Amino acid sequence: MTNFPWLTTIALLPLVGAAIVFALPAGLADRAKHIALGVSGLTLVLTIAAALQFDSGSKAQFQLVEQHEWIPQFGVSYAMGVDGLALVMIIMAAILAPICILAAWDDVPEGGKREKNYFALMLVLETFMIGVFAATDVFLFYVFFEAMLIPVYFLIGSYGGARRQYAAVKFLLYSLAGGLVMLVGVIALYQYGPGGADGFLVTKLTGLDIPVVAERLMFVAFFFAFAVKAPMWPVHTWLPDAATEARPATAVLLVGVLDKVGTFGMIRFCLQLFPEASKWATPVVIVLAVISVLYGALLAIGQTDVMRLIAYTSVSHFGFIVLGIFAMTTVGGAGSTLYMLNHGFGTAALFLVAAMLVARRGSKRIPDFGGWQRVTPGLAGAFLIAGLAGLALPGLSSFVSEFLVLLGTFQRYKAAAVIATAGIILAALYILLMYKRMMTGPKPELVEPVRDWNVREKLVIAPLIAALLVLGFYPKPALDLLNPAVSKTLSYVGVSDPAPTTAADGSAK
Amino acid sequence: MTALITSLPTEFKVAQVDYSAIAPMLIVTAGALVGVLVEAFAPRRLRYAAQVGVALVALVAAFVVLVTVSVDAQGLTLERAVVIDGPALFLQGTVLLMSVLGVLTMAERFGGESPDAFTPMGAAVPGSPQEASAMRAGLMSSEVFPLTLFAVVGMMLFPAAGDLLTMFVALEVLSLPLYLLSGLARRRRLLSQEASLKYFLLGAFSSAFFLFGAALMYGYSGSIYLGDISKAITSASGELDGLLIPGVVFLLVGLLFKVGAVPFHSWTPDVYQGAPTPVTGFMAACTKVAAFGAILRLVYVGLEANRWDWRAGVIAVAALTMVIGSVLSVTQTDVKRLLAYSSIAHAGFILVAVLAFDKLGVAGTMFYLVAYGFATIAAFGIVSMVRQGGSEASHLSQWAGLGRNHPVVAAVFAFLLLAFAGIPLTSGFTAKYAAFSPAIAFGGRAGVSLVVIGVLCSVITAFVYVRLIVLMYFTEPAGGEVVAEMPSPMTTVALSIGTLVTLGLGIFPAQVLSLAESSSVFLR
Repeated sequence: MTNFPWLTTIALLPLVGAAIVFALPAGLADRAKHIALGVSGLTLVLTIAAALQFDSGSKAQFQLVEQHEWIPQFGVSYAMGVDGLALVMIIMAAILAPICILAAWDDVPEGGKREKNYFALMLVLETFMIGVFAATDVFLFYVFFEAMLIPVYFLIGSYGGARRQYAAVKFLLYSLAGGLVMLVGVIALYQYGPGGADGFLVTKLTGLDIPVVAERLMFVAFFFAFAVKAPMWPVHTWLPDAATEARPATAVLLVGVLDKVGTFGMIRFCLQLFPEASKWATPVVIVLAVISVLYGALLAIGQTDVMRLIAYTSVSHFGFIVLGIFAMTTVGGAGSTLYMLNHGFGTAALFLVAAMLVARRGSKRIPDFGGWQRVTPGLAGAFLIAGLAGLALPGLSSFVSEFLVLLGTFQRYKAAAVIATAGIILAALYILLMYKRMMTGPKPELVEPVRDWNVREKLVIAPLIAALLVLGFYPKPALDLLNPAVSKTLSYVGVSDPAPTTAADGSAK
Repeated sequence: MTALITSLPTEFKVAQVDYSAIAPMLIVTAGALVGVLVEAFAPRRLRYAAQVGVALVALVAAFVVLVTVSVDAQGLTLERAVVIDGPALFLQGTVLLMSVLGVLTMAERFGGESPDAFTPMGAAVPGSPQEASAMRAGLMSSEVFPLTLFAVVGMMLFPAAGDLLTMFVALEVLSLPLYLLSGLARRRRLLSQEASLKYFLLGAFSSAFFLFGAALMYGYSGSIYLGDISKAITSASGELDGLLIPGVVFLLVGLLFKVGAVPFHSWTPDVYQGAPTPVTGFMAACTKVAAFGAILRLVYVGLEANRWDWRAGVIAVAALTMVIGSVLSVTQTDVKRLLAYSSIAHAGFILVAVLAFDKLGVAGTMFYLVAYGFATIAAFGIVSMVRQGGSEASHLSQWAGLGRNHPVVAAVFAFLLLAFAGIPLTSGFTAKYAAFSPAIAFGGRAGVSLVVIGVLCSVITAFVYVRLIVLMYFTEPAGGEVVAEMPSPMTTVALSIGTLVTLGLGIFPAQVLSLAESSSVFLR
């Protein structure tokens, strides 16, 4: 089965599902979500089957590779392949997609064509999410990277909240601006590569001898796009709007998966293709990352909209991820990549539980809650666990990754690590304050009785909490996949870990 | 002076004509002439069917002959006046295919008796009793079809012209019918007539510039042939250099006017808005193809030798065109004017490719023209369908909520807008890549700067298109019943082809790209 096109199959399956859902006759429109759930579940099964084919001890950078000529005139191939990092991201996307579809079950109560299109768009998005992580051709990656915006744009703009138009346009324009700047870099990169009909393959563009200035400019073009996507301070402003106006399921896919493309791109393209420029830019990037950590956390504390709060926590967490990436140590890299996975589940849990509470209360304002642990004890418990994962409590997944990031950063940039540690304290503040304001206190007087979570909601939350716990206690399987990818990338950059001299000195005394 | 006299032929010789090379143009001309006869002699009730039939048959036949016969007859013919080479054939074929779509949209009747977009009697004063009686009598402007064919002849000759006079003749042959066609709108006739007059006056002015430029070039080089001019530039002694730069500038002014480049763009929004919508689509697509073809031939064959003298000016024009076209499109409230400014911005993007001065630049330009043209004809075809109270709902506010009531029409239009915005998996993205990549590869620092300006302007234009999508999909319909007319099979075919080409060139562009690349070498 080594020649079976696993990645194409996984990527195409949701698209086929989307076509089926879209083409459903009006009489069967209420079946759309069942089909969507089935297709995304099948995709998950196939993804796991594909992951079993993956050999984490292999020497090649990419496995499960497929390559076909696509636009030979531009040097573009249809080339798919995964390393450990890409595989983990694809698995995460494949897990989150059915969860989100289940969470979105009643998002379009009016049903009919609108509901059908909603689930079709979600499936289209899943195709692009898988494609963007699996692409091993820079041009193909760019195509997915940009095309992905369109389903999200319609998901926010058509189905979002009151200010959905504003949020959708802002999201699209920020992303397009980043993407088009990157396009200049993509075009220029090819000129420095070997050219030819497959000149856009990542492997062919790695280790090029590029003039210093050109490499730096191209790095900046790529990094700008990824920083918008990630999002990093100061180009993060689209995220809170998009996250609060989008439906929770869309917000999860947006923050949990799409934004990972930014940090994924930094590892795969910025570090691997422009190693010298990455080293040159590191001081600035580290500073921006630390600012993101603190700024996101501080703003999160000040929010009264629970969705915006969660969005700002993500800005802070992405700061950590970028910090670990640009620390350029194996520990930091492992921490960042693991963080990308953990953050996906953690944020998903936070967003979805918060959305269930919001749906019951009819308001996103934190002051409108209070004492809800007496009303909905189950949801409150889930909210607490998700929140504690967000503040990196030991035993929950984020702790491992955050610790690794700070450790890895400390090896090389002590000051940055120390300052960023303050982010952990702020995280405790924003999570616990939010929990206190929403959940504790006297039992609220509600006009209508509110029920605790139902079976569907339990099904949505349970796998997320399970993932948080499993990855918190036993992250080894994920790290086994991620570590070879990280060390490979760092070997392209040509850095080795600094020797832990201080520890030796200390013991000698 | 002596050089000038010796270059004159001593005796009159009959020009050698390679008929298989120019057969497509002859076929379209014959079609146009038959159309004139139909207009004169056929009974009124048969005229519509006959005219549409003749036009379509002529265009399709010309295309078939082009791809079967003319491709093997490449060379200079008619004493070097006409050059049938790769770019010429590619662009002629493009013009022919697009004009088929153009004729199909022009022939749309929306269930009426006569082509819906055109006034029954162009000569009648708007709102006069004469006009009303013409309407009652069931008159129609079926002469638009032969006029279109004449314009197509000009458009085919324009990129194939081997000397400046032929180029001028082609310019006039393509322009004059378009001036007329612009003035024949059925509704908002004063606007249409104003558009026609404006186009004619400014067009005549720019033609005069071109002619004067041609005269100066003749004075400089002693020849009107592009190849001779090129030789003269490389071997010139320098005594007539004062004529060269003004000549180049005037020639370029004449051609840049036709593509709507800033600062020669001021006619574009008015004419695009006033002209009958299918004509606007035809004009926007085909005129651009022809005029960029002529620009390519002029600068690559004739003027490349001293491009360092004039390149800076055209770079400035390209930058201005992109910036002004995209910035002004933001403020538009009329969908036709919006598309007009967008077409100006696109002209700027194409100029970036032209300025690469490489074979790939030619291919990129030609590919962009194909991608843009098909999308544009389809887009204007849709604009002509969306109505309020019988007349075109061209104000943006009238498009609010179209996605609710007419999902297919809105979806196709949104897709075309995404193509204009250059989103991947549409032809617009491939085209932008094809245009920008030679500019970066061969354009040097100026090329890179232009591309950076180009992508930033793309963001601005994307904002405009996205806003229109917001309007169609995410906004509640404003008051008043806005409907999309049920199109006839002809328009449906045209729109489908335009949309499918836009999609196809986005996903599988390799065939057309390789065709463009293999036909990007000019014969001299």
